[in-house]
Amino acid sequence: MKYEAVIGLEVHAQIHTRSKMFCPCPVVEDTGDLPPNTYVCPVCAGMPGTLPVINRRAIEMAIKTGLALHCEIPPVSCFARKSYFYPDLPKGYQISQYELPLCVNGYLDIETEEGTKRIRITRAHMEEDAGKLYHMGDGSSRVDLNRAGVPLLEIVSEPDMRSVAEVIAYATRLHSYLVYLGVNSGDMEKGVMRFEANVSVRPAGSDALNPRHEIKNLNSFRALARSVAYEIESQIATLEQGGVIVQQTMGWDESRGITVPQRGKEYAHDYRYFPDPDLPPLEISRAWVEELRAGLPELPDARRARFIRDYGLSAYDAGLLVAERAVADYYESTLSQLASAAEPKAVANWITGEVFRLMNENGCTITGAPPPSQLAELIDLVQDGTINLNTGKRVLEEMFTTGRSARQIVEERGLAQISDTAALERIVAQVLNGHPTEVTQYLSGKVQLFGWLMGQVMRATQGKANPQLVKELLQAQLEARRSG
Amino acid sequence: MELYSLTIHEARSLLAERKISALELTEAVLERILEVDNAIRAYLTLTPEEALEQARLADARRTQGDDAPLLGIPVAIKDVICTAGIPTTAGSRILENFIPPYDATAVAHLKAAGAIILGKTNTDEFAMGSSTENSAFFATRNPWDLERVPGGSSGGSAAAVAADECLGALGSDTGGSVRQPASFCGVVGLKPTYGRVSRYGLIAFASSLDQIGVLAKDVTDAAILLQVIAGYDPRDSTSVNLPVPDYMAALTGGLHGVTVGVPKEYFAAPEVMQPEVTAAVQAAVGVLADLGARILDISLPHTEYALPVYYLIAPAEASANLARYDGVRYGLRVERGDLIETYNATRGQGFGPEGKRRIMLGTYAWSAGYYDAYYLKAQKVRTLIRADFDAAFGQVDVIIAPTAPTTAFRIGEKVADPLQMYLSDIFTLSMNLAGICGVSIPCGFDHDGLPIGMQVLGPAFGEEQVLRVAYAYEQATEWHLRKPDDGRFRK
Repeated sequence: MKYEAVIGLEVHAQIHTRSKMFCPCPVVEDTGDLPPNTYVCPVCAGMPGTLPVINRRAIEMAIKTGLALHCEIPPVSCFARKSYFYPDLPKGYQISQYELPLCVNGYLDIETEEGTKRIRITRAHMEEDAGKLYHMGDGSSRVDLNRAGVPLLEIVSEPDMRSVAEVIAYATRLHSYLVYLGVNSGDMEKGVMRFEANVSVRPAGSDALNPRHEIKNLNSFRALARSVAYEIESQIATLEQGGVIVQQTMGWDESRGITVPQRGKEYAHDYRYFPDPDLPPLEISRAWVEELRAGLPELPDARRARFIRDYGLSAYDAGLLVAERAVADYYESTLSQLASAAEPKAVANWITGEVFRLMNENGCTITGAPPPSQLAELIDLVQDGTINLNTGKRVLEEMFTTGRSARQIVEERGLAQISDTAALERIVAQVLNGHPTEVTQYLSGKVQLFGWLMGQVMRATQGKANPQLVKELLQAQLEARRSG
Repeated sequence: MELYSLTIHEARSLLAERKISALELTEAVLERILEVDNAIRAYLTLTPEEALEQARLADARRTQGDDAPLLGIPVAIKDVICTAGIPTTAGSRILENFIPPYDATAVAHLKAAGAIILGKTNTDEFAMGSSTENSAFFATRNPWDLERVPGGSSGGSAAAVAADECLGALGSDTGGSVRQPASFCGVVGLKPTYGRVSRYGLIAFASSLDQIGVLAKDVTDAAILLQVIAGYDPRDSTSVNLPVPDYMAALTGGLHGVTVGVPKEYFAAPEVMQPEVTAAVQAAVGVLADLGARILDISLPHTEYALPVYYLIAPAEASANLARYDGVRYGLRVERGDLIETYNATRGQGFGPEGKRRIMLGTYAWSAGYYDAYYLKAQKVRTLIRADFDAAFGQVDVIIAPTAPTTAFRIGEKVADPLQMYLSDIFTLSMNLAGICGVSIPCGFDHDGLPIGMQVLGPAFGEEQVLRVAYAYEQATEWHLRKPDDGRFRK
């Protein structure tokens, strides 16, 4: 039998506010070396008698995210207490939302092999993060509350995804949206985005919803992709062997590459949600929503369309450039600093080709690449013929490693290309004289040797020769020898 | 006259006229505490050094022309209200060693107004109780009869006011915890409208019902204290941003044109009602009529549901509010082999029987499958109770009702029967469910010489009319001037 996967995703994204969700403590990204419990006050430590106060900025950022995801923003939103005991949860309950979340009924379009696909978003609600527990290895554990009370947005999709590729397309696009909106730094290593995947399988074509496995606490795209792939395979295998899938919470074992059931009883929580009596229902006026909508930045889809329209880029190239806001900004900044008439398409090729390759090799992001002004200068040098394309690529490599400008490198290393016809004529003649056999073969019809001969000339000039000129001179001298 | 027996407004005049100093007054009250508190046991914590230091500062401030409303007035704070640097136990083992690093907003207001904090008064654990017997530390005695309870849960504050161990005190009222002990101890107990006084720093019992209130020797003092602690607080999202009226100005004006409602449901519960209480409150209604008030018989038809509704909502909220006492960050920790055992041992030893009973009731009432039947249903009935009062206050300015069905009962009498204990709050719960305001004032004594209290109730933010009626009654009667015979408890 053929099976298909049914996958829904819950994304927990930090909302990048200056202060925490319900108290004035600063939000500080976890760099790993922050002293524990330094950004804590009586409120986020859950001290007796303290009360939460809603961070208006966090609500605004959440609403903006909802609007970008085409959600409805109901006029009243409500906070609820979600009760469970854990040492990293200071109050013994988490302030979250249950009934009346901030955002409902949205969607996000993703690109798949079959074209654009719409993934519905059930809801997006606000909650506070818990602290962090450190297990010391001697049996003791310690609690760090720096993160406790940091605002989180939980974005819940419908089970609309059918493959790992769709899951990753959705997750990366959502990531890109959050970064574009400035609500999240996108820095996955710092745990600013965490995923939970709900995976079930069914016979292809069926519309049944089978018991699912809920994979908790996935901190990277890689873990998300691997764990979902594993779940799909193992569930299909179970069904094929006549087994049954029971609804279950799973953990992802990164080192073994498998999902493992989390102990059932402990996770069979009754969270006993009820409206938090400390926080009156939040009234969200239409005027406020419209004000936030008006302040939305250009989002990836709109930017992509503009790149195709205004810069004549292919859909594919435009997609590559807009996936990350910083890359798209880098591209447009480079364009604006060009002195020559280089084509926007050519600039796009530089970035999606050489710059991306070198970012990969150097293990850096776009912020580690030479600044747009320097890339523009390099492209200008190629455009005006000072250096040829291949030299340009070598210069860019050096720019990455040394941080020096294109012009400096070209001048110091004498890389400006040879466009002196007399000098090149001599070199071409020398090459032809040095390879009589190949010349004879060429003249007797083995025309593909032209490229080889061209290569010999370029080599003799250490690649600095203007290739167009070399081509012309080589053709002329070869033809002269044919008639001679 | 002894300085400790002064009211706040009397002491204020003497201080302003420089006839007494804050230091003299504070020393007199501290000496009084030493004399009587061995018998009364109103205080859990005393802070005499800090109090004397504050008194000296108050005198210095007055020399510089400062005239803050409570400058040099010694007051007591119920131990569910946080005081920076002073232990705040909520009457529970689980917070026995807890010292908050912050003041409750109400305490900060008192300090800013120049009040002197004498110490922290006894309370039922987490304000859960009607007799102060649920304190983890000891029971407080009623100054009118040491064998009887002072009421609760603000029994320590009420007894301290009655026995002249402070000039006034803060309490908290979730279902009558200010008004019922005021009634039992023959003092004035004011429960403000929900949202009138910040709850920041009040250790939460039931967040949608809790409100800080005041215990005072007379209505004027209650108005003075309310004036200082009332107001919007950005740190409490349930406090209401309305201007604070001049409560002293509201006292005078008489009762002409005032309509007083008498709800039949509060006089028709013979099986729990002490006849002398009914008679005293009915006589008081007569006094109000004589003073010019129009009396109207009214009905609050959902009154009988207040008790069951309260005992669903309050424990439900309490079970979440008390979840933070897990031994991880502060308070008692009883270490065991693993996390779950440590939780169990800490909470098992830290909470007393009433705390545990309410945590269990609340957890049950709003677990999966019961939420709709209990919690949600209770919220709906709560809305009906609120609607009863809305309708009534469409007709009347204030409502008169007994504060408690009986006078103070004997220590130990109801400990074994929680339901009997819960019934002693039967007349005070509705106002918390409705979020309205009310004051309990003395209106007579029973055959044992125990004080009887009656409530003057007003709509939300109707403190002015409540105080005006209570003041008019007080001026026409002398109940508030009677003091317990301290020969029985003075050293």
